[in-house]
Amino acid sequence: MIIARREAWTGRLLLVLLMAITLLPFLSLFVTALHPSGTYPPGLSWPGEPHWENFAHAFQVARMGELLKSSTLIVLGVVPLSLVIATMAGFAIGHLRTAGRNVVFIAFVLGLTLPFEGIITPLYYQVRDMGLLNTRWAIILPLIGLFMPFSVFWMRAHFVNMPEELSESARIDGANVWQLFWRVHVPLAMPAISSLAILLFLWTWNQFLLAIVLVDDPLKRTMSGALGAFQGQWGTDIPLLCAGSLLILAPTLLIFLIFQRRFVTALLQGSLKG
Amino acid sequence: MTGPIPGTGVDLAESRPAARTRSPLRRHGLRRAGLVGWLFILPALAFYAVFVLRPILVTFQYSLYTWDGIGPSTWAGFGNYVKVFTDPGLFASILNAVKLIVFFSAIPVVLGLAIASTIRRIATSRLALVARTVIFLPQVIPLVAAGIAWSWLLSSTGVVNQVLTYLGLGGITRAWLGDFSTALPAVGVIGAWVLLGLCTLLLLAGMSKIDPALFEAARLDGAGPMREFLSIVLPSLRQEIAVCVTVTVIAALASFDIVYISTQGGPGNATMVPGLEIYYLAFSERRVGVASALAVVLMLLVIAVALPIQRLTRDRSS
Repeated sequence: MIIARREAWTGRLLLVLLMAITLLPFLSLFVTALHPSGTYPPGLSWPGEPHWENFAHAFQVARMGELLKSSTLIVLGVVPLSLVIATMAGFAIGHLRTAGRNVVFIAFVLGLTLPFEGIITPLYYQVRDMGLLNTRWAIILPLIGLFMPFSVFWMRAHFVNMPEELSESARIDGANVWQLFWRVHVPLAMPAISSLAILLFLWTWNQFLLAIVLVDDPLKRTMSGALGAFQGQWGTDIPLLCAGSLLILAPTLLIFLIFQRRFVTALLQGSLKG
Repeated sequence: MTGPIPGTGVDLAESRPAARTRSPLRRHGLRRAGLVGWLFILPALAFYAVFVLRPILVTFQYSLYTWDGIGPSTWAGFGNYVKVFTDPGLFASILNAVKLIVFFSAIPVVLGLAIASTIRRIATSRLALVARTVIFLPQVIPLVAAGIAWSWLLSSTGVVNQVLTYLGLGGITRAWLGDFSTALPAVGVIGAWVLLGLCTLLLLAGMSKIDPALFEAARLDGAGPMREFLSIVLPSLRQEIAVCVTVTVIAALASFDIVYISTQGGPGNATMVPGLEIYYLAFSERRVGVASALAVVLMLLVIAVALPIQRLTRDRSS
């Protein structure tokens, strides 16, 4: 009993410490962002007079409005289409058990651990030859392909566990495969699909490499890519950089806090991809 | 819970009663599904083939040529691969990535295990629920933002030095990311910060699945916390540990965002990693052939690491 209580207290202490370490970078960004623009504030120190206008200034010079629009457009291009075609493929491989499915599935699995840097060079020339360089399509189309191994893997895992009887009774009622898919299986797969949607949103929004290689104009990039450009341009003005960084990470933070339970579950389940 | 439980890996074996596949209805359905099934797979396969499989093959093709990205290319055979392994700068980038594994992988997994087993008992308390959200934050924000925040923390006037001075260690303060001897470990610390929360929560989730009776039995037998950890927790967490290791090792080998933002590979080449080197070689130095050879080596390295770990857990758990 005494041991258990002492353990609980060490546990609490550790948790608080862990949270403090996790929050420290955010806190540092925040207090630094309040110092006068262009100064070199020392470590963690509350400014004599907080300069809240730094956030407004950063919002303006980073052109946050346009960045938000750009990132949203890219997410809208990637996520819905990925969900539909990955669910279809996962359904065919996991539930219809199409002949030759194992070969296809192994092909997808091989892509699960692919580092994006491995194919970024040919991707650049391919996207250029397609005439898509410096457009949002240059990020959208490759990302759909790059996320496909995980998405198919994820959806297959759901459909493999769906009972056969479900489809058989629908078939007896005269439903064809297309109707079976949309009317019976998609509604039942909604939890798996929405978790996948969260992961794809996050990975798209935070995508950096593709954005900086394939799109020159920061205003057509993802938030992450734009932040890279912002650092390049304002890297010497520390308070402004900190304010801009906070603004740029605010949207994911906000969405995370709203959907946190789903996020944590989805990310833990999806961590195989990482 | 739907979706793959972490660590289940690739499960090709499908456990279904054989009798059912013999029913006439099922056979009819199967034959119809043959063609229709492929129509369902086709769109996904098309995107995958065009934007992943083809680039993989082209990377390999590029790696056999000397090409500046504009003019004509000349056959180089395996010359580019020889360069990857003999050029000290290029090979050093691979070594750096391997060294980063200590920080990206070993620290989060070991520390994660220690933390998770300490907080296991209070995992359902309100504090733990809040902590769950907080320690997940690094997973949600762009790595670029983590890089910027930590560059500032680790700078010569940053919080890290402030704390060190406060502790009376003012003598060792420095610009951690700008010093040849500390830049790589400093980058590693950023990676450890990003991955620690994920590992802790994954391992904690695994621990919650262990039958509490096991712990009671161990306590009754007089086992201390250490004994309990070694004989119950560790064996039960094989899958979760394998997932943590796989994810974090890949994150180390394929690191890009954090290094690009915090050091750009510098000072000198002290923090150069393969991902960044590929980017520089291909798009600044215009040595597409060498960049592609390094890319092939990186892809093979990741597979060489990920595959055995998956296999290991698979064989033992089945």
